Amino acid sequence: MARIRTLEMRDIVKDFSGLRANDGVSLKIEAGEILGLLGENGAGKTTLMNILFGLYRPDGGTILINGEEVVFRSPRDAMQRGIGMIHQHFMLVQKHTVLENVALGFEKAPFFFPLRQVRRRLAEFSYRFGLAVRPDEPVWKLSAGEQQRVEILKALIRSSDLLIMDEPTSVLTPRETAELFDILKRMSGEGHSIILISHKLDEITRICSRVQVLRKGKVAGEAPMGEVSAEDLARMMVGRRVADSYPKADLPPGRVVLEILDLEAQNDQGAPAVRGVSFEVRENEIFGIAGVSGNGQQELVECVTGLRRASAGAVRLLGREITGLSPRQIHNRGISHVPEERIKFGIVPNLLLYENAVLKRHHRQPYSIRNIMNYPAIRRHAGDLVKSFQVATPSIYSPMKHLSGGNIQKLILGREISADPVLMIAAHPTYGLDVGASEYIRGQIIARRDRGGAVLLVSEDLEELFMICDRVAVMFEGRIMGIVDPRSGSFEEVGMMMAGAVEAAGGEATDAV
Amino acid sequence: MRFESVPRAGTSRVLEILAPALSLLAGLAAVGLVFLLKGLNPLFALGEIFRSSFGSVFGLTETVTKALPLILVGSGLALTFQAKFWNIGAESQLLLGAVFSTWVGLTWGPSLPGPVIVPLMFLAGFLGGALWGMIPAALKIRLGINEVISTLMLNYIAAELVKFLVVGPWKGASKHGYPYTDDLPAQAILWLFPGTRISPILLVLAPAAAATLTFLIFRTRFGYEVRVIGENREAARYAGIDFFRTSLLFMAVSGGLAGLAGTGELTAIHHHLSYPDTLSAGYGFTAIIVAWLGRLNPLLVMVSGVFLAGIIVGGDAIQMSLGLPAVTVQVFNGIILIFLIMGEFFLRNRIRWVRRTPRHG
Repeated sequence: MARIRTLEMRDIVKDFSGLRANDGVSLKIEAGEILGLLGENGAGKTTLMNILFGLYRPDGGTILINGEEVVFRSPRDAMQRGIGMIHQHFMLVQKHTVLENVALGFEKAPFFFPLRQVRRRLAEFSYRFGLAVRPDEPVWKLSAGEQQRVEILKALIRSSDLLIMDEPTSVLTPRETAELFDILKRMSGEGHSIILISHKLDEITRICSRVQVLRKGKVAGEAPMGEVSAEDLARMMVGRRVADSYPKADLPPGRVVLEILDLEAQNDQGAPAVRGVSFEVRENEIFGIAGVSGNGQQELVECVTGLRRASAGAVRLLGREITGLSPRQIHNRGISHVPEERIKFGIVPNLLLYENAVLKRHHRQPYSIRNIMNYPAIRRHAGDLVKSFQVATPSIYSPMKHLSGGNIQKLILGREISADPVLMIAAHPTYGLDVGASEYIRGQIIARRDRGGAVLLVSEDLEELFMICDRVAVMFEGRIMGIVDPRSGSFEEVGMMMAGAVEAAGGEATDAV
Repeated sequence: MRFESVPRAGTSRVLEILAPALSLLAGLAAVGLVFLLKGLNPLFALGEIFRSSFGSVFGLTETVTKALPLILVGSGLALTFQAKFWNIGAESQLLLGAVFSTWVGLTWGPSLPGPVIVPLMFLAGFLGGALWGMIPAALKIRLGINEVISTLMLNYIAAELVKFLVVGPWKGASKHGYPYTDDLPAQAILWLFPGTRISPILLVLAPAAAATLTFLIFRTRFGYEVRVIGENREAARYAGIDFFRTSLLFMAVSGGLAGLAGTGELTAIHHHLSYPDTLSAGYGFTAIIVAWLGRLNPLLVMVSGVFLAGIIVGGDAIQMSLGLPAVTVQVFNGIILIFLIMGEFFLRNRIRWVRRTPRHG
């Protein structure tokens, strides 16, 4: 089959149950190019690439290779036409050796003694592209960088001309990143094309020959690398400010409620995720944390709520140390928490609404008295929540899983607000909700602030943060890049920090109030 | 063409009752098929089972005798299954209960009056089962060891321990080479209703345990936390529930109840510790079916316990009257359990038959 000289995607449309993930996206790449695909989470980058790799079928639009239309029914079709994809999470069999992983699913391998032939080819490719791997080592012993090289070799041996890499550097050390970029340059020199999905500006500028930016499912811009500045890209990525702020009472911030000092924590893989974060949240204040998800926000919130142990630093609530306390102790001291992934963490789908209405507070009076649940009081409380937080449900006896996402979130928010917390933490509270529900929830968060509450709001939605926050901190790779006042700060400034391109001068000193 | 399962949006109350009833019927039909293969009239054989277990006074008393340990063990299992902790080791918890009671009965029995020694033996039985049950809970929470494997393996260890005791250090001086301990002293043996093997103490204890467990599961904070753990572990963590404490506690209760059943078998029926399969007719395993058939609600476990006890008694009877092999009852139980689990699946999911979607693009 002919090598890929040009590949074109034209007017690709893809809907996910009413949500348009790709809206008329076109993309073109030629042999030897490294194309950077830039955009925030949810901009549609991964969806577009999954379509190119045959994982999804587009609802509209066409794909052309060398000017000729192709239809991919599955990744197998795409691979046969020379397209390879390396996912963020590697698809390797951990207990098998490198060689076995490469041979697995390699169609040209002979039926008998496949490894002998594959070993030869592996050595050949690994020499040609400078991809050092140890063929007989089991995969679980390899570093992330080495595993990635195995994935690249797998694609190359299957004669992939076009390689799609989804956030390839997110698991790599800076040294491994540099090595990867050398390999990619070598590949492009041999006529391979590469599409690099990323949200990191510096990487795109370092390696790509051309860049295309997606925003909210559409193409926001496209240019050869030399013709755009990092500022241009940041602006294309985050867009313009459209909405106005919500009305807020004009209140000066009160006493310090939450104080975080040089906090450090590791993620589940043991890699540093929060790297020396300090800030404080006051009464009458909504403190926002912006950033592409996966930059330590989740670990930060988990440290404050007691779900994760900090490896260094301190968390104080009203001047008292709460670092290392259990989630229950921290809740008892007055921190309430609207968790991200609300269905996974925030509710018990198979229990009834009223049983969910006291989750996390079920151990306190009046909901349980001396270890006996007080269901009449619980049902009364559930009824009040449903009424005052406009939860649409047939009754408080409905299983929680029958409620829509927006109504689940209203119940969680109501539950957490009604505890009258000293500090409320809300992580991505409007993610995936419709406009009406989002507005309602933002209004409730502001009402909490206006009544003297302190709110820590983590969100990926910059518009939302600018609309309701009093201050917005930007997290990138576990650090706070700067703190911005939404009234005077600009989207571009925050966009640059989110992509790790600038560290605001003075960092925490931009504490403008 | 292929089949596709879609979760049902809601299940009606009628369906909730109908599903296990239909599964039971389908299971009985499958059992009938087994009889048919043996050249027996399935309706006659099934009728014979229920006639011999529920159709006579003697059959009925035997059914109750076997239902009591099943209700005790099944109620405890309902609790752990609510937490999705798959305790397959009730059999060993029962044995450990019997071992502890035997020790108490033989050591202090001769010197203490009945009203003192009997409660002490039940207490020891609860303790033995509870301690044995807490081992897999600790292993799971602290070391991440799968409880199915650990509870299953602990069954073998407990069985070997009992065998070792009855042929070794505890072998009865009065038993002339049989693998039994000495009989318990008379004051440590339960009084039975004349002509039956039913002790009034157990007749009260089993339903009381079921009622207590119902209250525990559905009315207490502990039960609430157990159900939250079972339905959504992440939410349980979020809600600040202490997995270690809660798991130890529910396994102590579940193991303890199995231990009580062990004490009951010992003091009411056998009067001495003997080989494990003599001591318990697989109650620890049958109770798994009892708990599921009772929809993990101890009040319903009382009904399902009686039903399965009937099958055991009836199965024993047809072994003799129809000349069937001894494993018939186990085949019967296995088939019923599989059908119940399938019924549960069909209750939660709707099955759609889809033709291949036409290709477009």
